[in-house]
Amino acid sequence: MEEKLGGSNGEDGGRDRFPIGMRVLAVDDDPICLKVLENLLRKCQYHVTTTNQAITALKMLRENRNRYDLVISDVNMPDMDGFKLLELVGLEMDLPVIMLSAHSDTKLVMKGITHGACDYLLKPVRIEELKNIWQHVVRKKKPDSKDQINASNQDKSRGGTGETGPTSSSSDQKVSKKRKDQSEDEDEEGDDNGHEDPSTQKKPRVVWSVELHRKFVSAVNQLGLESEFYAVEINVSYYHPAVPKKILDLMNVEGLTRENVASHLQKYRLYLKRLSSVATQQANMVAALGSKDPSYLRMGSLDGFGDFRTLTGPGRISSASLSSYQPGGLFGRLNSSAALSLRGISSGVIQSGHSQTLNNPINGFGKIQPAVVPANQNQNGTLFQGIPTSINQLSQNKPTNHFGEFNRGNDPNAFGVATNFQDARVTVGGSSNTLPVSSGNPLLLQSNTQQTQHSGAFGNQPSSLGVTSLNQEPFDMNVRGSSNFLDHGRCSENWQSAVQLSSFPSNALSASETFSHEQLPSNNLQESISWTSSHLSSSPLDLSSSMANPANLEDSRGNISQVGLNNNVIQNIDYTTKQQWGDSRHDYNGNMNNSFSRGDSLVPASGPMMDQNNVISDKMNDVSLFSQFSGDSTYVVPHLDGEKSAFDTKSRSNDDFLFETKPQNGFNQNSFEPLENIMMSMIKSDQNNETPLMDGEFGFDAYSLGSCI
Amino acid sequence: MDVVNQLQRQFIDYSASLHREGFLDDQFTQLQKLQDDNSPDFVVEVASLFFEDCEKLINNMARALEQQQGVDFKQVDASVHQLKGSSSSIGAMRVKDVCIAFRSFCEAQNREG
Repeated sequence: MEEKLGGSNGEDGGRDRFPIGMRVLAVDDDPICLKVLENLLRKCQYHVTTTNQAITALKMLRENRNRYDLVISDVNMPDMDGFKLLELVGLEMDLPVIMLSAHSDTKLVMKGITHGACDYLLKPVRIEELKNIWQHVVRKKKPDSKDQINASNQDKSRGGTGETGPTSSSSDQKVSKKRKDQSEDEDEEGDDNGHEDPSTQKKPRVVWSVELHRKFVSAVNQLGLESEFYAVEINVSYYHPAVPKKILDLMNVEGLTRENVASHLQKYRLYLKRLSSVATQQANMVAALGSKDPSYLRMGSLDGFGDFRTLTGPGRISSASLSSYQPGGLFGRLNSSAALSLRGISSGVIQSGHSQTLNNPINGFGKIQPAVVPANQNQNGTLFQGIPTSINQLSQNKPTNHFGEFNRGNDPNAFGVATNFQDARVTVGGSSNTLPVSSGNPLLLQSNTQQTQHSGAFGNQPSSLGVTSLNQEPFDMNVRGSSNFLDHGRCSENWQSAVQLSSFPSNALSASETFSHEQLPSNNLQESISWTSSHLSSSPLDLSSSMANPANLEDSRGNISQVGLNNNVIQNIDYTTKQQWGDSRHDYNGNMNNSFSRGDSLVPASGPMMDQNNVISDKMNDVSLFSQFSGDSTYVVPHLDGEKSAFDTKSRSNDDFLFETKPQNGFNQNSFEPLENIMMSMIKSDQNNETPLMDGEFGFDAYSLGSCI
Repeated sequence: MDVVNQLQRQFIDYSASLHREGFLDDQFTQLQKLQDDNSPDFVVEVASLFFEDCEKLINNMARALEQQQGVDFKQVDASVHQLKGSSSSIGAMRVKDVCIAFRSFCEAQNREG
């Protein structure tokens, strides 16, 4: 359709005639509606730009977000879902978005609101309604503009646009007022007033690119969305909760103001909340399990990943997840161990080079773990052993050495973790991230899952966690995943990658990297799952955890797959853990579901593996890994499905899995996407199939992913 | 000028009757209001766009319905939904109502309907 740029000249410097001149971007695939809308808007004296493609709209918005004040978008569009666009715009550009649809179904309206829409209009659109939409713009800008007027000089954004114009940093100051004031000042400073119109002094909106978002997420993970942090023995370097200022500091991005971060954080929180709503039940389960070591969890995540910006996400998650996970006493122990393991793993990973922060935390953990580890030793030992072996198998491309090494180094930790993972995994449920912890993969997964639970924000994190453990890369991936997470669902993908990575120290890591943010949620889960799977080869438990994550998606499958994954190695351990996992899984499922809901496939992975055989779980893991590798989260599905069946059948021989996974891994490495798909599919399959895996508890769909390994 | 007046009157009568019969609703009136000096042919443009779009949608639907092996109701439903949106935008009330009925048939997977 026509694309008239109605608005750049709408800068109206000095003209304070809002709503006149407001620049609207209209997106609708129906040409008639679009035309009518355009004319109506013109009648209201707005500047209108139209397009019938969501992708084009996004591109235009990204090019110059200052050009538009408001976006009106249809719900049903062929190239992209209206809600997805809504979220993207909201998160990236912080613009008010109005949904439009002929559907008057309340559920849709609800969906629109939860996705952040400012308003939901029904077709046919009436001019009266359009006359009111400017309120939304003003409402969003009000906190800033008001202060702006006061604080800023007269020349600043005098024009209506100035006021209403998107203030880059504080556009939607949903945050507290004080932030507003601060932001005002900060805005005044002008983060980058690269505005072509100095008179308007409009603060250019900050474009939350994927990269930026990733940083944001990692910073958040570092800080932890929760305010309370337990000062566990671990030296948590990042003790403070995620406040915009701190996030800003951590991110260390030039030109970013606190307001930007604040508003973004707010949105992110909402996003996570939305994601974790599903996981709530699982979270409950986790909580029920016992919040043994919340601190551990937190710690784990925080510490390990603190340094990693990107990783921080995952790191956090694991910790967080762990804490959230808090399985009963056993878990508590595990968690700590897991946390430790994670740490250890992360350290292991870090050694690889990635998680610098991880190393540190891990060390810290290591200490803690040793105590724990002994207990888990049995388990760990097996895990560990299993892991290296599995890893080798898994790591097609990359030498499993990573993993093996990692395990060795962290053995106590890793193992401890591994065993704990089960718990961790559980928690991770949400944050599939836990994956990365190569040995502790379960942990990671757990953390991942937990993350999901945590604040949703962690959801992204999970991926990062997973990655960290395995290879540096995976870690990165995970991180990415997390970043993506915000990106809606992308995280899941990343996760998956992350997860996978964890298991394959060598391979996974790389894979995760490629794993684009895009589908973090799904990825993450998958990753976690796959990750778990990969790990599982050695430690079925891990898989479970990873799986758990995906499982969360499904709905607390229960110990599902995650446990299964580890089973291979630790059979004994696994079972016990499985149980735990199952629980955690539930939680995870919730989380995972949330996360996966995006990615919706991870879950399957976990499920199958559990009971059947570790083998299967391994497979799953592999699968998941693969998916992760593929980078694109959605790919996992294909694999997963296969995997799932494997799991379901349970009778699969591990070897088969390994084989399956291996090729996949090798394959995946290159392309994370396939992994993701696998994971996704795995998850999906799990979800759908509710594979009887493991005790059936796991149900964890995502699990399949884990089993892949 | 007389002819013009006459045509105008005819037009008004016609549209009034359409309104009465329920073909058109207020939305159409609004559209007419939208037309002004800036966009003189607005209504005409919209109407022709509507016809074009409609035709396409109906073709889609026909094709979908004609399929021997199981009609894809989802697709039909989607088309109808779009048609409903379009028609309501321009004020084609009857069409819109028919669409609503159509959709319920789709949901019931009632091919005959």
